[in-house]
Amino acid sequence: MSEEPLLKMRGVKLEGRSDETWNPIINGIDLTLMRGEVLGLIGESGAGKSTMGLAAMGYTRDGVRISDGSVEFDGIDLLKASAAVKRGLLGKRIAYVAQSAAASFNPAHKLMDQHVEGPVQHGVNGRGASEEDGIELYRKLRLPNPDQIGFRYPHQVSGGQLQRCMTAMAMSCRPDLIIFDEPTTALDVTTQIEVLASIRDIVEQFNTAAIYITHDLAVVAQMADRIKVLLKGDEVETADTATMLSAPTQEYTKSLWAVRSFERPLKPAVQTGSVPVVSVQKVDAAYGKVPVLHDVSFDMHAGRTVAVVGESGSGKSTTARCITGLLPPKAGQIMLDGEALPADYRKRSKDQLRQVQMIYQMADTALNPRMSIGQIIARPVQFYLGLTGAEKRKKVDRLLEQIELEPTEYYNRLPSELSGGQKQRIGIARALAAEPKFIICDEVTSALDQLVAEGILRLLARLQDELSLSYMFITHDLATVKAIADEVVVMKDGRVVEQGPKAEMFTPPHHAYTDLLLSSVPEMDPDWLTNLLAERGVDNIGDAAVDKM
Amino acid sequence: MGNVLTIIFQRLALGLLTLLIVSVVIFVAVNLLPGDFAQSILGQAATPEAVASIRRDLGLDQPMVTRYFDWLGGALRGDFGSSFARANFASFSGTNSGATTVAEQIAPLFANTMFLAMVTAAIAVPFAIILGILAALYRNSVFDRATNIFTLSSISSPEFFLAYILILFFAVLNPIFPSLSTIFDDMSFSERLEKSMLPALTLTLVVTAHMMRMTRAAIINLLASSYIEMARLKGLSPMRVIVIHALPNALAPIINVIALNLAYLITGVVVVEVVFVYPGIGQLFVDSVKIRDIPVVQACCLIFATAFILLNLTADIMSILSNPRLRHPK
Amino acid sequence: MIFGIVIALVGMAALAWGFRFAGQAITGNTPRFRDMPFGVAYGYVLGVLLLAWLVWAYIQGRSADPLIANKFFFLRIAVEGFLIFAVAAWLFRLLGRSVGTAWSRKMFRSMPLTASFGILTILIYATFAIFAGLIAPYGQEQILPGVAANIVPGGDPALGGDPAFLFGTDQIGRDILSRLIYGAQNTVGIAFATTVLAFLLGGTFGFLAATLGGWLDQVLSRMVDVLMAIPSLIFALLLMTIASVWAPQLGIPLTVFMVVIIAVIDSTRVYRLARAVGQNIVVMDYIEAAKLRGEGLGYLVFKEILPNATAPLLAEFGLRFCFVFLTIAALSFLGVGIQPPLADWGTMVRDLGGFVNYAQFAPLAATAPLLAAGAIALLTVAVNFVVDWMLHRSSGLKE
Repeated sequence: MSEEPLLKMRGVKLEGRSDETWNPIINGIDLTLMRGEVLGLIGESGAGKSTMGLAAMGYTRDGVRISDGSVEFDGIDLLKASAAVKRGLLGKRIAYVAQSAAASFNPAHKLMDQHVEGPVQHGVNGRGASEEDGIELYRKLRLPNPDQIGFRYPHQVSGGQLQRCMTAMAMSCRPDLIIFDEPTTALDVTTQIEVLASIRDIVEQFNTAAIYITHDLAVVAQMADRIKVLLKGDEVETADTATMLSAPTQEYTKSLWAVRSFERPLKPAVQTGSVPVVSVQKVDAAYGKVPVLHDVSFDMHAGRTVAVVGESGSGKSTTARCITGLLPPKAGQIMLDGEALPADYRKRSKDQLRQVQMIYQMADTALNPRMSIGQIIARPVQFYLGLTGAEKRKKVDRLLEQIELEPTEYYNRLPSELSGGQKQRIGIARALAAEPKFIICDEVTSALDQLVAEGILRLLARLQDELSLSYMFITHDLATVKAIADEVVVMKDGRVVEQGPKAEMFTPPHHAYTDLLLSSVPEMDPDWLTNLLAERGVDNIGDAAVDKM
Repeated sequence: MGNVLTIIFQRLALGLLTLLIVSVVIFVAVNLLPGDFAQSILGQAATPEAVASIRRDLGLDQPMVTRYFDWLGGALRGDFGSSFARANFASFSGTNSGATTVAEQIAPLFANTMFLAMVTAAIAVPFAIILGILAALYRNSVFDRATNIFTLSSISSPEFFLAYILILFFAVLNPIFPSLSTIFDDMSFSERLEKSMLPALTLTLVVTAHMMRMTRAAIINLLASSYIEMARLKGLSPMRVIVIHALPNALAPIINVIALNLAYLITGVVVVEVVFVYPGIGQLFVDSVKIRDIPVVQACCLIFATAFILLNLTADIMSILSNPRLRHPK
Repeated sequence: MIFGIVIALVGMAALAWGFRFAGQAITGNTPRFRDMPFGVAYGYVLGVLLLAWLVWAYIQGRSADPLIANKFFFLRIAVEGFLIFAVAAWLFRLLGRSVGTAWSRKMFRSMPLTASFGILTILIYATFAIFAGLIAPYGQEQILPGVAANIVPGGDPALGGDPAFLFGTDQIGRDILSRLIYGAQNTVGIAFATTVLAFLLGGTFGFLAATLGGWLDQVLSRMVDVLMAIPSLIFALLLMTIASVWAPQLGIPLTVFMVVIIAVIDSTRVYRLARAVGQNIVVMDYIEAAKLRGEGLGYLVFKEILPNATAPLLAEFGLRFCFVFLTIAALSFLGVGIQPPLADWGTMVRDLGGFVNYAQFAPLAATAPLLAAGAIALLTVAVNFVVDWMLHRSSGLKE
């Protein structure tokens, strides 16, 4: 190849400071990017991909340093360049799009003022011309009301729109390279899709090179020409998107791909007339005077999983709070084994409390950091079952075995000494210790990396088969639903939009919202986004589509 | 804007309510005193007629609720009643001349204290803010560590320790400033300034340390935010990052810091005025506490509390006003 | 005068420019000097000049001419004291790193010098406070017959001192050293008791408010708001006025009233913190899990909340102690705090403060009041250093 690469990183080593010593984050990675090329950088949390992205700009956060290697941008060595030379490149030729647009826009200035700052300060364009160009970019990014939106303050604009405004800001000097650092991670699926579509369009249109950092394989498949996989600061492999998806060479990459294929066999339909373990009946609920749930009803049967799906604010977690009794409903009731439960958990009997257990999203906040694993699991054993001494210890050991952790090794450890997946397993053991019939799983896998999450899902499935448990599985991730659900309940704005067995729910025809939700979930097929846009039309995605309903 | 006005109005109302309750607390606390003021003023040897006359003069024969509203109503008009000590003195000497009302007694002293507080603020505020910002910008540097040790030490020292050290160095060993702040009404400004320099410097040391640490913390917090990183990644000059991106958002915390520390001055002023025999309201307060001159104690307390509440209220309102989310509602 | 200042400022600017230029030339233009802002170079020059002045002043303080030496006497003492403390702290840290359990050794390894100085000082104070009766040569109230006020320390008869009294005697003939040592017991002991009381009060109500919420929280919080709207020293003085009338009538020492008054006033601050800390813990999922399990209030507070609140509470205890200690010292200094004949540092400063003015003729005369005031300052500085380190550590863990 005769063409010189735009960005050349060689043997880059990064170190982070903690406990008064420097620990490696990235152990010598090479990265080459040609003009107009989009490179996907994927890896689990802690793989060092964000730090790597910033290092490509010659920038490190406080407490991080580049200890070795070189970063060369268009022939300029960024690590040796003076501060003034680097300032001349940043914003003008290399731009950055951060994960949280809400936090990355200065709350004190209007969007347009922040947009034109780059071109004006770098002398690319005058204020008037930059503003006109800004409006043009907003239009290209399909922002509603492009003429006015720039004259609002950041907090007056929604998350998905802000993210596109930031992309416009990055484009304002027509840079050669943009670093996208997880730009859609904080967004709902239906919003994510329009941001993805507009980012892809504009990058293509101006032939900008980009590094797209994400943990979501399906997203990166839509955006990148080439994919680089990182694992704990090391490169696993790099290949073209098509090759990478169809024929990964490394074990780790293969296992990442395989996660998506986990699916439980379908169960026979529920026998008519059987009493559900837990039944939610015509529940209305409100926080203070703000109504949150409207007439929510569904049943959950023994040995089966009901997945409750919806975007943030749809009322899934509130439904769980009604079932546990933390938020007594305004109307309707919760039935356990055909008997009505008192609305307030304080009025429920010990046995009723025992039957309904909960597993939380954030294992970090769900386990008391000052208690050992043994104490955490032993408490419900003693509290509900009245076991003490050796009997209690035996029961705890058995529970630890059930969640596939070695009792002698883990009994005396503190939660902080465990990995995220292990902590989540402890949460499961604590729920099991009560010997319940029904467990609420509140986004239990969404804070975990894919491989670990899959392990948790398999464990939950196995426990269900062994103990004939009933799960209510709250999630926003449809891949998880596909993997574990028997029945699906779709919620939107505090109402049940649609419900039924999984097989039915994943085959058309659907309620329009279910359809939108299902089709918005990115798939591994690199042409998925293109096809979807062709199918829906560019003006009919995301918020626009939701608003039309 | 309507939204912000409502919030500010609510805060003002709340402040007023607090002030009212504080006045009740002060009044009730004083009325917890055992026995009869009049008797205790005149001593055991006083004739019953003299006691009765003082009781009537001071309104002590009224029920407590009436006395409270009389007192509060008077206080609102700037009339805090008459000083026991002076009344006592007047009844013995048979004259009614001189400053016998609390208000007459307090007014000039209050002006002196305000003068001291303003001199202190004029030195301390710019000094502390600049040092605080520098410490935040160059955090973990030698400068930051040295100022940290220095400020921690001066926060930890009692005011009288700092005062005596300053006296030792600047009045005794090197006679630059006077160690006693004798101030008269007809002094020129520069004379006044010279006389109140040491008390002002003492207060400056204490207040600067507090203010600097709080400014530093606020700025560090701010510099860690994503939008500052974004501004840097846009290739803006360090000056522009500070002035355009950090400062508008730093204003609220800094104003807050200033108001809180001026409120802190109120406490510091008492001890410092005593050390330097500065004729201010703090000195009067301590003297009145010792001779149990209740109306003066009440009045001083109310003045201190009012200043304290007003400053905190200012801090509160300023931070509301500078919040863009509230200034520009959706 | 103004002309001189301008010359000095310009001169330093030139020095700063020269310093940066020399740095660039010598180090071959490394980024450290190349990207150094002018202000930073100026700062270095300023710092070096300050240090140079300090060295010069120290040498002056050792001058043979007593007139010059006297002028810089206290500066000399301060510099020497600073060095001695620094070395002592360093040695103490070295000791801590080599003996003790693995945990304590690890702690000493990551400890800044300021913190080890703080711990060492606190230990020394604690020793003096506990064994005051054994260490002090005379009783705290003992008026020694036939001894006039003699505040010259050092016990050197040539300078007018008395070898029997190392730090001299006060106006009515009490040994100052003994009173200083007993002061550790009285002042520190009373402040400690007050802080404990404030914590019991504020901590209990704060956690109750956080856990139960509802009207109890509302009522308590509004009450605390009102109490905090009055500056604490002013409020304390007001209440002490009233207490000073009640105390003789009830036959309870005024000091007891002071302890209760300050504890109540300070418990409002503790309440705020305990409530905030408690609320942060109460929203955690493990508390929700315990609540849903059907656990009682006692289990929630003592097993789930308190163990997680110890770190911030311990730091707050240090800060509160400093505050209480300074308030008591201020009250005593103003004459309404700890009552004579108990030896107390604040009262000693008030009684002996006038001697500072004699330092012009004999610098040693100022020692006694400065020692008492310095004793207060040193302990608060020490506690603050330790707390600063603890807060830094716990914030470091969170990140």
